Amino acid sequence: MKKRIALLLAMVMIAMIILPACGNKAGNDGNKGGNKAEGITLPVNVGPNPDTIDPALNSAVDGATMIIHAFEGLYTLDKNGVPIPGQAESVDISEDKRVYTFHLRDGLKWSDGKEVTAEDFVYAWNRAISPETAADYEYMFDVIEGYDEGKLNVVAKDAKTLVVTLKNAVPYFLELTAFPTFSPVRKDIIEANGDAWATKPETYIGNGPYKITEWVPNSHIIMSKNENYWNYKALGPDHIKFVLMDDDVAILNAFQKGEILFADTMPNDEIDAWRDKPEFNLEGQLGTYYVSFNTQRAPFDNPKVRKALTLAVDREFIVREIGKSGQEPAGAFVPTGLSDADPTKEFREVGGDYYDPYDYEGNLEEAKKLLAEAGYPDGKGFPTVEYLYNEGTGHQAIAEALQDMWAKLGINVTIASQEWGTFLNTRKNGDYYIARNGWLCDYNDPISMLDMWITGGGNNDAQWSNAQYDALIAEAKKTDDPVKRFELMHKAEDLLFEESVLCPIYYYVDLFLLNQKVQGFYSSPLGYKYFMYTSIAD
Amino acid sequence: MARYLAKRAVISLLTLWLVSTITFFLMFMVPGGPFLAEKTPSAATLEALNKKYGLDQPVPVQYKNYMLNLLKGEMGESIKQRGRTVQDIISSGFKVSAKLGGIAILVAVSIGIPLGCIAALNRGKWLDNLIILIATTGIAIPSFVVSTVLMIIFSVKLDLLPTYGLSSWKHYILPVISLSFYPTAYISRLMRSSMLEVLGQDYMRTARAKGLSQSKSLFKHALRNAVLPVVTYLGPLLAYTLTGSFIVERIFTIPGLGNEFISSIINRDYTMIMGTTIFLAFLIITMNLLVDIAYTIIDPRIKLK
Repeated sequence: MKKRIALLLAMVMIAMIILPACGNKAGNDGNKGGNKAEGITLPVNVGPNPDTIDPALNSAVDGATMIIHAFEGLYTLDKNGVPIPGQAESVDISEDKRVYTFHLRDGLKWSDGKEVTAEDFVYAWNRAISPETAADYEYMFDVIEGYDEGKLNVVAKDAKTLVVTLKNAVPYFLELTAFPTFSPVRKDIIEANGDAWATKPETYIGNGPYKITEWVPNSHIIMSKNENYWNYKALGPDHIKFVLMDDDVAILNAFQKGEILFADTMPNDEIDAWRDKPEFNLEGQLGTYYVSFNTQRAPFDNPKVRKALTLAVDREFIVREIGKSGQEPAGAFVPTGLSDADPTKEFREVGGDYYDPYDYEGNLEEAKKLLAEAGYPDGKGFPTVEYLYNEGTGHQAIAEALQDMWAKLGINVTIASQEWGTFLNTRKNGDYYIARNGWLCDYNDPISMLDMWITGGGNNDAQWSNAQYDALIAEAKKTDDPVKRFELMHKAEDLLFEESVLCPIYYYVDLFLLNQKVQGFYSSPLGYKYFMYTSIAD
Repeated sequence: MARYLAKRAVISLLTLWLVSTITFFLMFMVPGGPFLAEKTPSAATLEALNKKYGLDQPVPVQYKNYMLNLLKGEMGESIKQRGRTVQDIISSGFKVSAKLGGIAILVAVSIGIPLGCIAALNRGKWLDNLIILIATTGIAIPSFVVSTVLMIIFSVKLDLLPTYGLSSWKHYILPVISLSFYPTAYISRLMRSSMLEVLGQDYMRTARAKGLSQSKSLFKHALRNAVLPVVTYLGPLLAYTLTGSFIVERIFTIPGLGNEFISSIINRDYTMIMGTTIFLAFLIITMNLLVDIAYTIIDPRIKLK
């Protein structure tokens, strides 16, 4: 009896170990797909498993890279970041620049062979703004008439003609149509499958250059050339394998070993060793690392105090010793790389810096004066305040550097870190004195950096409110005259710095490793990576 | 036995209910929510999302709804990984983690137990010291160091083994070593000390006195008694190892379950937090029950009542 029970027990235990392992071909396939698939495979890492690759729901940069391979908007971006016709063959723009008439190419097809129609765009765009979809980026459609009423003025005149009416002239509208959120999606598929449509290769039907042929969550996504794509002949590798790695060290190891040919990240302490290698690439990114002051809480309700702290930062030191990857010390909030009304000039060039980010000594003197004017000569009487950041070695090093720099004003700053989710909550609720912050543009226009500071804005962590500023932004969004529009945006940024609402640290850069064998790769200023036209040398 | 099992089943259910209830309310006490990000969605979007996932209801109502669904066997959809159900994520991840973890435990047991015995039988000699040294190192070095160092040596420098995935037996080598390193060391230490204790017992002396050979007395009398602490340790070890390791799976890009335990909490993915917690609790309870039954077989003096 005992022996039988023993035998039974042993069998149960072994079964518990072995059984779950059976029948999971897809589960542990690792990188078999890459070896099994015929033709040339380009293995890359752009990030870990994406939360979603539904074009409407995604708001992550790595997700966007996957989406631009599986979908295509009316326009797409070329290697210079300039919008060029994608699904649309041409566009007619009305004289007042409010009505865009897009003409779709002949013979456009989805990856399952069905015809792509103008109606697909109408459905996709209205779906993106519907509260039921609850898309992060629904506000990007607010330039289109009818947005406020919940029904966009986007009409399919016939199967191949799409007429879009804007609220007013929007100089960057063609670029918006290249944004992943503006991709068409399939009504029949989404209605039949719900949110799950974007989780399985069978239902993830796209109109882009590639289509998903295999997806093992947390392991890899394999995309293969879409034979129905209009520009099929120009496409590069037969398959692109997105390896969903998450660990910086492991990513670098895989890159060194040649198991991936592109890596979108690397360990910070390895940067110095790689900086001069040809694989190492740096590109400007439209975003700013900055520090938020809680403008509703003393002593930071005083603009002079905010300005003093903003000036007393040695940005060159932070960039050189901590950032290490060629970030640019920031003298303003809107980063370099965004163009002005005259497209040959940059917004930053026209606006200039609000202080010289390279003149630390001079700024420090000025800061001391300002602090004295604010009633705290040499920091006397200044309360101890806390600098809040989220866990992460880089953020901590910057926190310590700032603590040290502000001590030179005679100010005692304590530093505290919080777990990511808690940190976001604390910062959003304004339950802090000073907090780490950062912002990446959603599209190639300064308004994407400026409209967040309006009263009550969801990302106005500074809790700042200024009626004049709100009016400037509202007017900039309304005006049809591009010159006036940029003037208004410059005025708005001036006001941000008159009031010293925030303390910019540096403009972000996009760092990646690219194997020398890969040719024809490019990335957009928003950080999206384009692998579809690459070739791999032997 | 049957009565005992019935009683244990009731207690297990009660434990599961307690674990899920406590987790549910603790989870909502943690600041933040699933939809907060560096870029906060608009108020309208937030409202729509909260409504979609029933998070606009008071917590007790949400609790009631969750428990009713759970009784029907439904754990809902992940809030963060939209379109995927909790059951689906857990089952696909568990298959991978359990296979890897199962192999790691087999390795740990088949190396750890003999090592412990050898050390005990050579107490104080150089072999014993060497094994203690190895075991202490194994306990002291965290798995992320083991994994990373192994990867750098065997994948990058020697170019012998792959860095990611699980598609061939070669892919298993490094993750299995990383996963079994600690339990092997721990089991050999446990085994050594309990073996030493057993070897000093009267019945061992009797066995030897009545003329049993050393190997026979070892295998028939000593091992069976000495292995009990290892069996106790195996219960929770099985539960934790079969559900995967966050660190090892992350480093070797293994699509297992370990990652979900941590990321669900970071993401405040409430349905996933509940799903993974209940699943782990269920496994621990089951493994402990199996361990208790195993006791009665290994040591007839132990009776389950």
